[in-house]
Amino acid sequence: MQDVLRRNNVRVFGDPTGRPMVFAHGFGCDQHMWRAITPAFEGYRIVLFDHVGHGGSDRTAYSRAAYDTLHGYADAVLEIAEALDLRNAVFVGHSVSGMIGVLAAIAEPDRFTDLILVSPSPRYVDDDGYRGGFARAEIDELLDALDSNYLGWSSAMAPVIMGRPDRPELAEELTNSFCRTDPEIAKDFARVTFLSDNRGDLAKVASRTLVLQCAEDAIAPQEVGRYVAAQIPDSEFVLLDAVGHCPNLSAPEQTIAAMQDFLATS
Amino acid sequence: MTEPTSAAAPPRRAAEIAQLEQSVEDLYEHAPCGYLSTLPDGTVIRANATFLAMTGYRADELVAVRRFQDLLTAGGRIYHETHYAPLLRMQGTVREIAVDIVCAGGRRLPALVNSVLKRDAAGEPLLVRTTVFDATDRREYERELLRARTRAEESEARARVLAQTLQASLIPPAPPEIPGVDVGAVYRPAGRGDEVGGDFYDVFQLAGGEWAVLLGDVQGKGPRAATVTALARYTVRAAAIQSPQPSSVMGLLNAALLRQGADRFCTMVYGRVAARADGPVRVRLACGGHALPLLVDRRGQVRTVGAPGDLLGVIEGASWEDAAVELVPGDALVLYTDGISEGRRDGEFYGDGRVRALLARHCADGAQVMATALVDEVVAFQHGLPRDDMAVVVLKAPAG
Repeated sequence: MQDVLRRNNVRVFGDPTGRPMVFAHGFGCDQHMWRAITPAFEGYRIVLFDHVGHGGSDRTAYSRAAYDTLHGYADAVLEIAEALDLRNAVFVGHSVSGMIGVLAAIAEPDRFTDLILVSPSPRYVDDDGYRGGFARAEIDELLDALDSNYLGWSSAMAPVIMGRPDRPELAEELTNSFCRTDPEIAKDFARVTFLSDNRGDLAKVASRTLVLQCAEDAIAPQEVGRYVAAQIPDSEFVLLDAVGHCPNLSAPEQTIAAMQDFLATS
Repeated sequence: MTEPTSAAAPPRRAAEIAQLEQSVEDLYEHAPCGYLSTLPDGTVIRANATFLAMTGYRADELVAVRRFQDLLTAGGRIYHETHYAPLLRMQGTVREIAVDIVCAGGRRLPALVNSVLKRDAAGEPLLVRTTVFDATDRREYERELLRARTRAEESEARARVLAQTLQASLIPPAPPEIPGVDVGAVYRPAGRGDEVGGDFYDVFQLAGGEWAVLLGDVQGKGPRAATVTALARYTVRAAAIQSPQPSSVMGLLNAALLRQGADRFCTMVYGRVAARADGPVRVRLACGGHALPLLVDRRGQVRTVGAPGDLLGVIEGASWEDAAVELVPGDALVLYTDGISEGRRDGEFYGDGRVRALLARHCADGAQVMATALVDEVVAFQHGLPRDDMAVVVLKAPAG
């Protein structure tokens, strides 16, 4: 059990007797991206973690074979849930972690009875009659972009923050998270994420689900969010007046309010 | 702000320089980098003349109508949304991000961008300032570096396969077996196995129900050592048939190495094994410049057997001594190379004492278990990455 918690850099805080609430970060980030959201949910037993290869996770636990589909990531989430004996929990997943939560909730419905999907997409690449938003060639371009940023992705960003002795946690956040994302694993994760297709899984979700959608999102367009909500049987759709893919960072108040409304009715 | 000084310039130019340098407008518009100001959502609110010249846009095509991320390729846009924007929110600044900007007319401009997020008095994001550097040449150079790295990784993989294939040809393909004798053998390359090592062993059948066992070490590593190893192995195979005396086999190998002009010497233990169903296992052996084999009895007593002899391939007229040993049930004869005893950690050798102690602990185990335990412990002693390759052969007379 300790191994799983160490592997995924799991942090548990909030009310130990409260309902468990698991936050999962998406591609490109780590658990720090929830920092503006979690303070509003301190009455819950909050569980934060990093996917293997990201943030403070144990990179040596990564293997391409284990994580070559989103199911591998979902299995890791279920292992964390088992290690912490989570039941009737809320799963909050940003971006690709929305689908990771969908897969985990289908596999073990009792663990995650409420799903909150922030900017989800079941398929990023356009397909016969379905508009995901990207052509296959554009995904290859992303992999190129990751290659080009190989150098910038080292510790080059650390000195930027050093001029803030009044906020030492920022420096820690920086050197401990973004700069430690393993570029090779990030590329694998990009491939797995952007070439995934989970449209067929959505109808199997039995958990109550909230889809949080930004008005303008270059990664997961509005129609994709609406598609997710239409396919999941017991779901709600909330459109946030926000631009971008990370409302948890750019519009935290709206995000919190929508989450609280949804959880109040459960 | 300090007044720009033009004292160093000729008087005629000084006034002109001072005027330009005091013009904030000129410093901004014609800065040696593109300059963009955007709202927190990316909407362009201002662009300098350098940026417009770099990209071919008119100001009215950008200001209030385009977002910074709209100017990126699709891949760059994903990168922006998943990395750049979150990072900017969380730390207030990002530096040296590589993107391709889609210019007017569709041309792509490889660029390096830096951004800072300005906040209002309440700490809310107000606007973003971004500098854009043309990185066309730099990006091509980086691509070249990436290609070179890919090529280097491929060559390395090929070299590793070559080394491992060559190495595999220098030891028996299957675990050796001698009827009536429990045989264990392990070969472990140095480091990550990228290089052919000099250690070798062989077990093969002779006429009259006898078997030959040899274990040796050619000086050095790499392909040149491997050619000497191959020479040693086939020479011993031929010599073993020709000559019943282990010391004569040593002599024939010594002569072959000298004749070949091999620039590397070699150490070896060579033995002739005779096993009969109704008696002890008899081994006649000779030793050339090599650590003497160890005899481990069923009670864990350890002693060396044989007599020291000369290195092989150094001088003519070198000499070796034949010795004989009988293995009664439970006795094990252990042959090993110096990669075992001279395994090093922080300047300290693994050493004969540890070799003997480990073998004593494993005296009741089978031959393969003994050989594996010895190599595993030496590997662990060197934190998992041994500096030298190692070979171990164990011959054991089955107990009962």
